[in-house]
Amino acid sequence: MGEFKVHRVRFFDYMPSAIRAMAYNSRTERLAVARADGSVEIFNFSDNYFQEKVIPGRDGRAVEALCWVGQRLFSAGLNGEITEYDLENLKPQYVIEAYGGPIWTISCNNQGTHLAVGCEDGTVKLFEILKEKIQFQRNLDRQKNRIISLSWHPSGAQIAAGMMDMIRIFDTETGRATHRLLVERGIGASRSREVVVWSVAFLSDNTIISGDSAGKVQIWDGLMGTLVRTHLVTKWDVLALAVSQDESSFIAGTSQGTVVQFQFLSSTVDRQDRDHEWVSTRTFKNHSHDVRALALTDTAVVSGGMDTQLVVHPLLDKVEKYTHEAAQRKIAFPHRSLVGCAKKAGLLLFQFPDHLELWRLGESDGNGKPGDSLTVKRKPEKLLQLKRKGDDHICCSALSPCGGWLVYSTVSSVRLYKLQHNNNNVSVNKISKLPKELRSVHQLCFSADSSKLFAASSQSSVVVVSLNQLECKYVQTLRHKSDSRQPIHLLYPSEDGKWLAAANTDCQIHVYNLHKMKLHCSVPVYSSCPTAVAIHPATNNLISVHADQQIFEFSLQQKEYTEWSRKLQKQGLHGLWLKRDTPVTSVGFNPKNPTHIVLNDTFMLCIIDQSLPLPESSTILYNQMTLRSLPAPERTRQSHAFKICKNFQHLLSVSLLDDLSLVVVERPLLDVMSQLPPPIRQKKFAT
Amino acid sequence: MVEHGDIRVVHRGGSKIDFRQPVITNDSRFLLCTSGDCVKVFSTSTEECIHDLQGHTDLVTGVLLRPSNHLQVYSCSIDGTVRLWDFTDGILIKTYVIGCPIYSIYASANHEGVIFIVVPMLSDKRSELFQLVAVHLPQSGDQLVESRELSAVLSSVSSNPADIAFGRGGEYIASAKGFQLKVFFFKKQKSYEFSLKEDNKKGGLNTFTCVACHPKDDCIATGHADGKIRLWRNFNHKKEYTYSTLHWHHNAVSSLCFTPEGTNLLSGGVESVLVQWRYNQESQRDFLPRLGAAITHIAVSPDGALFCTSHSDNKITIIQSCVKVSAVIQGLVKGENVQTDLIVDPRSKALVLNGKPGHLQFYSLQRDKLFYNLDIVQQEYIHELGLEQFEVVKAAFDASGTWLATVEERKQKSAELEVNLKLWAFDEQTQSFVLNTTISAPHEARITAMCFRQATDSQTTMLVSTSKDGHFKAWQLATPAHTEDEGPSWSCDFVGTYHGLVPECCCFSADSSLLAVSFQEVVTVWSSTSWELLTTLSQPPGAIRDLCFGRLSCSKYLLGTTTKNLLCCWNLLTCSLEWSTSMDISLLLADPLSENMAAFCCQAGCTDLFVFKPSEPRPLFSHKAVCSGTVTRAVFAPREKMLDSCEENGQWLNRSQLHFLTQYMDLMTFTTKAEDDRLMASSKQLVIDDSVAMTPFYLLLGKHRHQQQQNEDPVSSLSAERTALPQSSVAIKELLQTPAHVLPSTSFLCSMFVQSLLISVTDPRENNKKAEEEVESEKEEEDSEEEMESGIVRPDQAAVSVQAAESAAPTPTLTKAQVRELRRLKKLDHSWLAGLLDS
Repeated sequence: MGEFKVHRVRFFDYMPSAIRAMAYNSRTERLAVARADGSVEIFNFSDNYFQEKVIPGRDGRAVEALCWVGQRLFSAGLNGEITEYDLENLKPQYVIEAYGGPIWTISCNNQGTHLAVGCEDGTVKLFEILKEKIQFQRNLDRQKNRIISLSWHPSGAQIAAGMMDMIRIFDTETGRATHRLLVERGIGASRSREVVVWSVAFLSDNTIISGDSAGKVQIWDGLMGTLVRTHLVTKWDVLALAVSQDESSFIAGTSQGTVVQFQFLSSTVDRQDRDHEWVSTRTFKNHSHDVRALALTDTAVVSGGMDTQLVVHPLLDKVEKYTHEAAQRKIAFPHRSLVGCAKKAGLLLFQFPDHLELWRLGESDGNGKPGDSLTVKRKPEKLLQLKRKGDDHICCSALSPCGGWLVYSTVSSVRLYKLQHNNNNVSVNKISKLPKELRSVHQLCFSADSSKLFAASSQSSVVVVSLNQLECKYVQTLRHKSDSRQPIHLLYPSEDGKWLAAANTDCQIHVYNLHKMKLHCSVPVYSSCPTAVAIHPATNNLISVHADQQIFEFSLQQKEYTEWSRKLQKQGLHGLWLKRDTPVTSVGFNPKNPTHIVLNDTFMLCIIDQSLPLPESSTILYNQMTLRSLPAPERTRQSHAFKICKNFQHLLSVSLLDDLSLVVVERPLLDVMSQLPPPIRQKKFAT
Repeated sequence: MVEHGDIRVVHRGGSKIDFRQPVITNDSRFLLCTSGDCVKVFSTSTEECIHDLQGHTDLVTGVLLRPSNHLQVYSCSIDGTVRLWDFTDGILIKTYVIGCPIYSIYASANHEGVIFIVVPMLSDKRSELFQLVAVHLPQSGDQLVESRELSAVLSSVSSNPADIAFGRGGEYIASAKGFQLKVFFFKKQKSYEFSLKEDNKKGGLNTFTCVACHPKDDCIATGHADGKIRLWRNFNHKKEYTYSTLHWHHNAVSSLCFTPEGTNLLSGGVESVLVQWRYNQESQRDFLPRLGAAITHIAVSPDGALFCTSHSDNKITIIQSCVKVSAVIQGLVKGENVQTDLIVDPRSKALVLNGKPGHLQFYSLQRDKLFYNLDIVQQEYIHELGLEQFEVVKAAFDASGTWLATVEERKQKSAELEVNLKLWAFDEQTQSFVLNTTISAPHEARITAMCFRQATDSQTTMLVSTSKDGHFKAWQLATPAHTEDEGPSWSCDFVGTYHGLVPECCCFSADSSLLAVSFQEVVTVWSSTSWELLTTLSQPPGAIRDLCFGRLSCSKYLLGTTTKNLLCCWNLLTCSLEWSTSMDISLLLADPLSENMAAFCCQAGCTDLFVFKPSEPRPLFSHKAVCSGTVTRAVFAPREKMLDSCEENGQWLNRSQLHFLTQYMDLMTFTTKAEDDRLMASSKQLVIDDSVAMTPFYLLLGKHRHQQQQNEDPVSSLSAERTALPQSSVAIKELLQTPAHVLPSTSFLCSMFVQSLLISVTDPRENNKKAEEEVESEKEEEDSEEEMESGIVRPDQAAVSVQAAESAAPTPTLTKAQVRELRRLKKLDHSWLAGLLDS
């Protein structure tokens, strides 16, 4: 497999933000997730739950609710504003003040014509959805208390609103409240506290489901305004509800971290048409903290909450057993790299939403046996902490390979810094005059010789800026010929400075010739989104790894897939390789051995040796441990192209420095967990 | 069982009544449960065993009400038959011969004339695989019907009856085995299988332990080894089935049961808490805790009013609507192992042995019923595997039954042995034993034997204990010199040793003047007053195993058995060996009421019994192969009434009865033919007992009857035939059955009723002898009629009384016997009524 000196980095204190809201668009199979820091992430459920897009947050913008209207995404928050997002440029498109105080909830009717928001001042405001914007239409009857939750009847004629101690049903035509459903308070000490209806759902058969802070899930008859059933689910709060598309089941998320499924079942098996009842069936416990947001897709329960993880729990009655879909997913880390590495200088750049950290790697002396941990001669050192300017969070950053340049971008601006190293001190100089093309970018990278900066800009274009001592000059904007306007999420300049590969979320990979400053070729579009691309320094082959774990090698000279890639496709990848549930986030090359490709995902590090035979489906994929114990001739016979190392867990980044040492940035999940606030205290049996 | 002339070895009750799920009859009056090879019918209100349904020749494995006739019951047995009984009269109606061992039985109202039984897959062997088969019961008038026409329904099912249940209206049957649940729909002839993973992430075992089906909805409840209950729904889909999980039990759920309307689900396990879950509102549950022992089965009466739970300590508890324990039917508690000897309490004549952990049970042999448990250890018992607890290992009564000595010990792995000697005094007021003295660490090692000085005449009671530490100690009751308020307590009086050897057994002679203590091969005889070593007796090789003084005329003999298979008899007057014989005696026992001694002798896996007198060379009685295995526990229980059998080999049973425990903890005894006959007769009489309607009067009469029964006992034992009870007399029945609104006021009636009784007592003729009664019977009949009428009918009453008079009209049909019975009732006892009037 090859031996490396490994820098095992554990000082990246990356802390994901709690999940606050969720909206699932069943037509496009996209899930929008809003986090507590105001950022919104889009996951593509049809493409292995790949995190396609991240819209960075902004200080003071806490998203409380999300809502899809067709392809458009709206959010509302406690700052009292409704935001529509520009999903092509990954930024808010416009913001409208609702003038009702903090907004707790936003909901769109099935027809897609109106948005309803529930405000702190007790009003439900209806907005008409127009082509490019939304327009305030009317207020429904004003209530005394804040509106916490809203749900439209599928016909659009009625709205159920959850409030303090009650649920109101409004007629959207007249704006009058037609029913008042009183929700019982909790028993005991909580009797004096008013009960909050955290979530309501209005079904087409006029059933209203509510979840409240007394731990109850209640089923109401919306026509009569009467209570049908009460299910006491937890001692604490029921925070979220989600109803399946066919209204045959719903789920409720509680603050003790459980998700309870209810199903609409007939009491007798042979007469399916009558005596249906909502029965509590399954309980999922995938979270340690509050479940704040829920979505119920056709095949899975999606839940997220305070513990920052997005959990996709498949419903085994809806999926085929033992398939890719039947495995539970926990998405704890972003599917893009937050770590920049200066390969020549041995520096690391860590990106946080509100600041950047620059670290110099430690050094060790002497050689040890494989597996030994070496003594550290010089400790790793934080050189710089750079706070961002303005309210917008950092969306991307880059460090030049020589370590002399640092750039970061927010949705509104790009800032470029020149770093000067003298001994142990680093001085930072901001480059004040940037070309105006560098304004809104969502991916940044430097060329290998640090002379150029590439920035992915709007409409899938790449802005090339040349850098020299203290100034930067706009060179050109590279555009491809297809009409895709999706944002570029990956950029990779080749080592020799001739090529630049750019991948966008429409699954396209375009290769530009930097000498001619024009499009060289487009890689045939594969159905799955690329998660990492790289150009081989020696052969100039483009390696792309996709969200469905497929690997392709494309020759830039011949403009066709290489022989190895064809062989790999013909034979197929190993089943266990395809079963992994985190995407490959980086591809690298070993300068000493050109046949080696270094890949990593969250849980493993893999070196693909292109000179070795590919593994058959019957061979053992993870065979490094067994190989070590075998004698040499046997070892060569058993070894195959995929050499997988699982010594490092929760990898955020792996990069190979020029001095052939490997930098492994780990963020153990336990460290993340330990920084979370304490969960609800629960009495455990026998403690 | 081997017949031996007149004397038989019989099961003396105490068989497991918690083996299978009990059945409550439709009217909730009777409870039927399996008990060894018979079915017992208990009254749910009085806890009395009404009769045994005897007929099976092997272990009964199931009882089931016949769905089409609620007065009949099926029972199945390992002997390969299904029997149909009329349980009210205890009559065997039909026997269906299946021909292979049956492990459980099921039936449903939907399947007329078909029963479902679980039999081994290979009918010839006792294999591990079982199948559920349907048996069509042929319609025929014969008593004995062969029905070998079996059709398999489900293969590879569990033999545990709790693992199979009929669903709503018998439309499907659910069966669980291992990690798999099978549901078979009869209409579609289609089965669905659902399996669980072996264990979940938290290490809980998912094994199915029991199944119950909702009576109205299609919902199957399953219990699991890790304490979870799953409610399965939508199980007619291969994939879209769904279940919800309830978790309260921390250990395996052993039984589940839905109430008849399906509103509640009952579950129980080792926690000995009955949990009641609201169906569809499972977060609400009720608990009935402290039921005493692990719940093994739960049954609900068809009207849902009564629950009953079987417990692992051989107990059935009857519970009224999940709030109140209304009756406890307690059998002989069978622990893992009886460490105390079998002892008879001289006062209550109850058999005393280990019961619940840390308790001694007082078990009435006559009534096959547990009197009470005496908590010896007085520490909370914690249900946990591998936890060492205090256990009662020795117990002894003094001759009068006023003192009880117990030894409890706990051996923890690393720690020293903890031994406590406790002395309990009988308290006349509370009628139970009260702790008098606790001696912690009475010896440095385990106590090997303990006995009280037998003599009743001597003023001081004395206890001798021997221990592995090489000492024997005498303990005496001494009044403390200085403190006034404290009563007398026990203290050590004498410590004896003999050449540092370990004492094994000790025994007082009949007159208590001598104490024999065996030190390995040597028997030492001590004077119990001066603690002088009088003599030593020895018959090497072999250490002494048992030591016994002869009684009554044979009190000069001391008998001992050795480990080298020798039975020796020493004459204490000559201090020499009188005789010895070579026998492998596992237990030597002296009858306290006669000269007889019993020796259980182990030979070739069987135990033989010899009864002999030390003075006579020939055994009085011998019985080959009493049971298999060795007998190590036995006792002579004195009879309540002496038997006057004159047959030679039955005479030793006249004064006391020999009981012994087999290897499998079955309590056996020896009975004579005469006794059997008497038992048969009395069991017939009991049938009538429970025919009382539940009226307010019942409580009064029930109490009365109870007293009367006790008074009558000596009478009924004399004459096997028994006359009708007073409440079955027509007049009183009328009184009880006439609607309350047409009766005169209760206070009026009551005084009338009492008056009528008072007159008859003052009647001088009542004191006449029985012989005269026969002659005067006709006269009395008239008298009684008059009395009845004057008691009930008042001529000056309004229309109400006319009706009453009409209703009283049938009284002339009283039989002579009834009248006589009524008479006797009158003269018997009515202090209870006087007391009621006073209060």
